[in-house]
Amino acid sequence: MTHVVVDPVTRIEGHLRIEAEVDGGVVRDAWSSSTMFRGIEIILKGRDPRDAWAFCQRICGVCTTVHAIASIRAVENAIGAEPPANARLLRNLIMASQMVHDHVIHFYHLHALDWVDVVAALGADPKETATLAQSISEWPLSSESYFRGVQQRLKTFVDQGQLGPFANAYWGHPAYRLPAAANLMAVAHYLEALDWQREFIKLHAVLGGKNPHLQSFLVGGMATPVDPDSQAAINIESLNHLRQLIQGARNFVSQVYLPDLLAVASFYKDWAGYGAGRRNFMVYGEYPETDGPQAPLFFPPGVIHGGDLGTVDPLDPAKITEQVTHSWYRYAGGETAALHPFEGETQPNYTGPEPPYERLHTDGKYSWLKSPRYDGEPMEVGPLARTLVAYASGAERVQALVGGALEHLGVGPEALFSTLGRVAARGIETQVLVERLDGWVDELQDNMGRGELRIHDNDKWDPASWPKECTGAGFHEAPRGALGHWVHIRDGEIANYQCIVPSTWNAGPRDAEGNRGPYEEALLGTPVADPEQPVEILRTVHSFDPCMACGVHVVDARRREVAHVRVVPS
Amino acid sequence: MTDHRRWLPEELRRKGVSRREFLKFCGTMAAVLALPKAVGAQMAETLENTPKPVLVWLEFQDCAGNTESFLRAGRPKVADIILDTLSVDYHETIMAAAGHQAEAALAQTVADHRGEYLAVVEGSIPTGAGGAYCTIGGRSALAIAQEVCGGAAATIAIGTCAAFGGIPAAAPNPTSALGVSDALPGLKNLINLPACPANGENLAALVVYYLTYHRWPPLDRYRRPTFAYGKSIHDGCERRGHYDAGQYVEQWGDPAHREGYCLYKMGCKGPVTFQNCPSVGWNEGTNWPIGCGHPCIGCAEPDFWDKMTPFYAHLSGIPGFNIHSNIDRVGLWATAGVGAAFAAHGLVQIGQSLRDKRHAGEEKGAAS
Repeated sequence: MTHVVVDPVTRIEGHLRIEAEVDGGVVRDAWSSSTMFRGIEIILKGRDPRDAWAFCQRICGVCTTVHAIASIRAVENAIGAEPPANARLLRNLIMASQMVHDHVIHFYHLHALDWVDVVAALGADPKETATLAQSISEWPLSSESYFRGVQQRLKTFVDQGQLGPFANAYWGHPAYRLPAAANLMAVAHYLEALDWQREFIKLHAVLGGKNPHLQSFLVGGMATPVDPDSQAAINIESLNHLRQLIQGARNFVSQVYLPDLLAVASFYKDWAGYGAGRRNFMVYGEYPETDGPQAPLFFPPGVIHGGDLGTVDPLDPAKITEQVTHSWYRYAGGETAALHPFEGETQPNYTGPEPPYERLHTDGKYSWLKSPRYDGEPMEVGPLARTLVAYASGAERVQALVGGALEHLGVGPEALFSTLGRVAARGIETQVLVERLDGWVDELQDNMGRGELRIHDNDKWDPASWPKECTGAGFHEAPRGALGHWVHIRDGEIANYQCIVPSTWNAGPRDAEGNRGPYEEALLGTPVADPEQPVEILRTVHSFDPCMACGVHVVDARRREVAHVRVVPS
Repeated sequence: MTDHRRWLPEELRRKGVSRREFLKFCGTMAAVLALPKAVGAQMAETLENTPKPVLVWLEFQDCAGNTESFLRAGRPKVADIILDTLSVDYHETIMAAAGHQAEAALAQTVADHRGEYLAVVEGSIPTGAGGAYCTIGGRSALAIAQEVCGGAAATIAIGTCAAFGGIPAAAPNPTSALGVSDALPGLKNLINLPACPANGENLAALVVYYLTYHRWPPLDRYRRPTFAYGKSIHDGCERRGHYDAGQYVEQWGDPAHREGYCLYKMGCKGPVTFQNCPSVGWNEGTNWPIGCGHPCIGCAEPDFWDKMTPFYAHLSGIPGFNIHSNIDRVGLWATAGVGAAFAAHGLVQIGQSLRDKRHAGEEKGAAS
């Protein structure tokens, strides 16, 4: 039995540590630990609920829109604000473009190096790469001379002897199985995607002033005025700009990302047999197509138990709880209690080893993440959950794309429950979204043409219009999965705030009954050829797209007076 | 250290960037740095004869927002060269290696390039719970920062968290988080590049400046380069004319909002915030927060999460502003005093005023 520690897990957001027991070349047990804590929810207490989105947004600068959205929805739900149609459309565009952007970056810049051997690309014949590229896509950058140029650029880089971010990796590991030609193609697209992401996200600058950390969110609507006759508002020129950026995204996703994904996957089909986990999936649903609380959602909500695609249960947020048995927090009601977020009760309680340390105390508390449960069960959230719920709910476009991918790879639906299934689902939902974006621009344009220019529910802006005490929940499908914020407002101030975040669902530790979290469960059975170079562990962990800064949160349920520093007139 | 003199011309040629484009880039950088145009040519000359520099990027209590901002930096072709041909030997978000191989890469760099490499720090450094609020490879953020920044030629604290403590240090600062300057007192060659996140263009300009002159640009009292933080948002704002004319947004989406009037009454902190957003813009100059209709939240200033909130409460007592005597609820809000200080002491002393208040606030916080 070999004890493997991967810390830091790189190519993620935040600080993640994996410990695993490897025996006979296979992971027999695993522990997922988040090693960073900030306490943003404690910081939120006593503040103006209209400011909360900006604080929450800073939970994560990668998925830089998601906590802002969940926050304004939670506060709107509490105070009864009703954002108008234009705000819904602006938000849909911002949320969906975040998802598209995030997924492409994940595939090329965070995940690809687990599958693609950069150094092996040096040995490729550019002519073969061109033949391969042209056989799978219409993408114009596919000539022999183009790939030769990329290879030369790489060669010069390697010859300089300073490998920079590519130094000391697992190059040459036997688990890398792409032919040299495919490695070179992937490296070329890694570089292209770096340029593409910078261009596409200008959509956020148009609608949010900047990216990261867009600044156009408001409780009750959006701060981006729309007016076809003004130079200082979203006008026809802005809409044209959005359409141009969306077209670029459609091209890149359908001609580069998806073909690459299928090409790479075809060499790693055995990874459809690893990383399944418990096969429980939960989706809140996203992209309201009409206004109001009962709006139909473009991605449907639902819950799947034990991989049964024949039954999608309706989602009931009342069944959500969190436990801290193995988390560095303390519950007044005992170590094994399970509390709904509205009753959240947490105190930081670090019981781990004093740094510097070699091993965590995995029998006791070992993570800054809590253990969220739905109806007492661990749930996987994210692209695979969304794709499965949509597939099982009869969403036609998703069914067609899933069917096409399975057919291309020559595997059955069972293959979806895997590390590879997660990678494929992420690509499929990206394609579905780039096809939908234009429609929301059209609706915005129609509204503007009709003189419908409202962007905000001004009636609920003044805290005097709010109930003296109220609670609200805001739900969102972030790129990494189901995200919920819960807020309790009293006398116009935040009395309590809690987030349950996708990476908390997926990366959380064991619960009171000893049930592993989804990362831990998915790692069981993962092959590890060389415990010194556990690239296979990274494959499964990265397939979830960890976002650890998001995952860690804490609420202080005691109504503690927060020392709120304010400037007084001098 | 491997000497790669004249690596840049080689890079440029390989990437198909003409010398003309390169000179234009240097000119742009000179403009961003508010230097005379002739400096651009000098900069190009110096860059072309500089060894390829090594950079390590540490992430502590961060959100990776500054990393993302760095990836968005514009002036595409040539900036790419400057940025990705810095030898980025350690950066957790992008590096291929993981686990102990990643830590080994860092140790190697620190050993091989002692006194030569640039350290960039993103995120605050927690000092509570014996360092357990942020560990990497089992080591505390503080221990890592002491070792890595201590051996660097210079350290850039990027973003408001690394510069001033930022959001983790907002009241009541649950993890006793500190910015680099407070966590590593006496650290030499430290420069702060705050904002939430810092603008990638400013980092590019700063690095070019440093490589050109082998020293930092002039800094203000918060160790911020004056080329990017020397002028208030308000003074450079495209809506300044509306402010002077007394034309204000009163409600979100009203005709004044749609026409791009001044956001002062909606809580804009531009008058007390010093950064070059209006001139440089974001995402290759595509837009900026006020340009999209939302007030400035003051994110480049120390303690803005406490001093600039509530974000939608307006400042008062800004000089030259005589229209608002009837504005309701003046004086009770967090930032009210800032405006008064602005009037009384002028721009330079604003920072000191904020600093004093912070210390006063800390004492108050400690007493409660």
